[in-house]
Amino acid sequence: MTKELKPLFEPKGVIVTGVSSHPGKFGFVALHNILSCGYKGEVFAIGREESIVLEQRVFTSLDSVPKDAADLIVLCTPVEVNEEMVRRASEKGVKAVFCAAGGYSETGEKGLQAEKRLVSLTEELDLVLAGPNGQGVVSPHVGLCAQIVAPYAPKGRIGVVSQSGNFVSSFLNYANQTGIGISRSVSAGNAAATEIIDFLEWFAIDPKTDVALCYLEGLDDGRDFFERVKEITREMPVVLVKGGTTIGGQRAAASHTGSLASDSKIFEGMARQAGITRIQNIESAFEVAATFATQPLPSGPRVLVLTTAGGWGVVTADAISQSSDLVLAPLPSDLKQSIDELVPPRWSKNNPIDLAGGETRDTIPELLSVASSHPEIDSIIQLGLGIQGNTANLIRSGNFYPDHGLERIVDFHERQEKRYAEASVEVSLTSGKPVLVASELAIAQPNNPMVLNIRESKRLCYPSADRAVSSLNHMVRYSNWRNGNN
Amino acid sequence: MTTVSESESRLIIEEAGIPVSKWKVADTPDEALNAAREIGFPNVLKLNASSIAHKTEQGFVKINLKTESDFLTASKELLENNIPESNLLITEMLSGSREIIAGMIRDPQFGPCVMLGFGGILAEAVADVEFRLAPVNSYDARDLISSLRTRNLLEDFRGEEALNIEATIDLLIKLGELADNKQIVSIDLNPLIIVEGIPVAADALVELKGGI
Repeated sequence: MTKELKPLFEPKGVIVTGVSSHPGKFGFVALHNILSCGYKGEVFAIGREESIVLEQRVFTSLDSVPKDAADLIVLCTPVEVNEEMVRRASEKGVKAVFCAAGGYSETGEKGLQAEKRLVSLTEELDLVLAGPNGQGVVSPHVGLCAQIVAPYAPKGRIGVVSQSGNFVSSFLNYANQTGIGISRSVSAGNAAATEIIDFLEWFAIDPKTDVALCYLEGLDDGRDFFERVKEITREMPVVLVKGGTTIGGQRAAASHTGSLASDSKIFEGMARQAGITRIQNIESAFEVAATFATQPLPSGPRVLVLTTAGGWGVVTADAISQSSDLVLAPLPSDLKQSIDELVPPRWSKNNPIDLAGGETRDTIPELLSVASSHPEIDSIIQLGLGIQGNTANLIRSGNFYPDHGLERIVDFHERQEKRYAEASVEVSLTSGKPVLVASELAIAQPNNPMVLNIRESKRLCYPSADRAVSSLNHMVRYSNWRNGNN
Repeated sequence: MTTVSESESRLIIEEAGIPVSKWKVADTPDEALNAAREIGFPNVLKLNASSIAHKTEQGFVKINLKTESDFLTASKELLENNIPESNLLITEMLSGSREIIAGMIRDPQFGPCVMLGFGGILAEAVADVEFRLAPVNSYDARDLISSLRTRNLLEDFRGEEALNIEATIDLLIKLGELADNKQIVSIDLNPLIIVEGIPVAADALVELKGGI
């Protein structure tokens, strides 16, 4: 049974405890972040002294909060007072508790007992409990940044959950860098009552979330996780980074099979079997999740590479050939014919389609459109865009701009880049196939008009063809899994 | 937990529908010779007892016995070990240059798992094994096979047929089904020799909860 987490992610009002005027304290920071990111619900601050903090009246007791005005309480108060806070909050109609406060099971036996009491209290009162010892919850679709750290993130379709709060921040930093936003994020903290798998299950029914992105360390019950996660992956990709190794205990020593088993081997097998997209590092994990969130799922492995020139196409074809799940599409003869009609005869006549500089104003959008609609092509990787934008950038900053006709040519280059970028997004939407644009300019020149236009269309410009190939490979593998398991 | 004898292990594996090399048991050298004649030469002779799990290391396996006299000498030698409650196990000598290993274990975290890996004398150095949680379906089994790094070595090779993927999938599914029997703690099929594409168990070791 999926836990209802809506009050946590879309509260109609929020109570923050532990608010004081000291800007370094968690209560202050949480209040600041909630008030600063556009949250429209009512906000109530509770502190030890009546005061005004951040233009917000601070009450000394939950008695001053009207009934049913808030359904989330963010606890930034010490362990000793939190149970009383929770009891009072429940009387006021609160449905969800985010316990940011530490001092629980992470500190030892006494803290563990306090955590157990908090869990049974919230169970008794039928409240959702997230944390304790977590950074908070972010929900950009309702402007909510209820966390004791930065950053906030743009709106998007990725649901983030992490056993380490710092990695929530990392994922959100990448969201800001790339413009590919998130739907929700939550740091599970000690995950005393609501575990990673509970969040993932809710993401699967959340209309705002299309892909889950998860950092996991330990599992209490591996089998239960497996049985539940494979139901989620039937509906939505789950991108997962696994940190550390779990202590598996003693395996049957007499068996050879047992001596070959290791926790990481079995976890890896489990992940593949459950359709989890397991990624080794945080940066790639975000990129793969962002790909799932922004590109249609490919229906097959056949990739077409389109490049304006040279070596890019060659190395990309190599990367595709070495990938586990992609195939460099043999160029269909009718597509070859159509391309012949569009460009001068010096093009490669093969996949990669290397135009060898033979493109004119409209060639690239037309070619993309013809190629993407071909039934024997499942996805496209596009290379060599941004060259004109690069030229425009140099001219614009040179000594002769805007004279000598340079203003006109710069405008032309920039318009072309915009057209190319728009075309790749448009054909992807029309054909329902992934079109991934890769260029080092994504990092080397983030203000290149091609890069800016891709970003504006809410897609990724991949910093290298290898990274585009890798993301696409994960999509194809997941797509195969889904077809094989649904 | 007790490992059962190879013959008892073979019965369990055979009953599950997993191909094993032809075999017979015998109590005396004469009985054994009759069995050997039925199975044919060359063949393999092993000392069969629940108390000996790793026979090769202890010299309890005689392989490639080509003649009746070699066979008789080998059977006498094995019986001279005087292992209690032991008898002789005669199996055919499978011909195939490639081996894989497979098995089932119960993992404390994830429960029953099936395993498939690269076998033979280089198995430990190559260390290419993959696990999936039992039960496995045909998608899981196929994916397991294709995720082996050494899968290329299982394709057509010097006149030998490629590993029959469907038969291997069937093997993995059946190993997974054996996990339904809660008495079975673990299974080792080490090695399975690839004969005309089909993996056939040349040895089997089953560990039971409390033995039989």
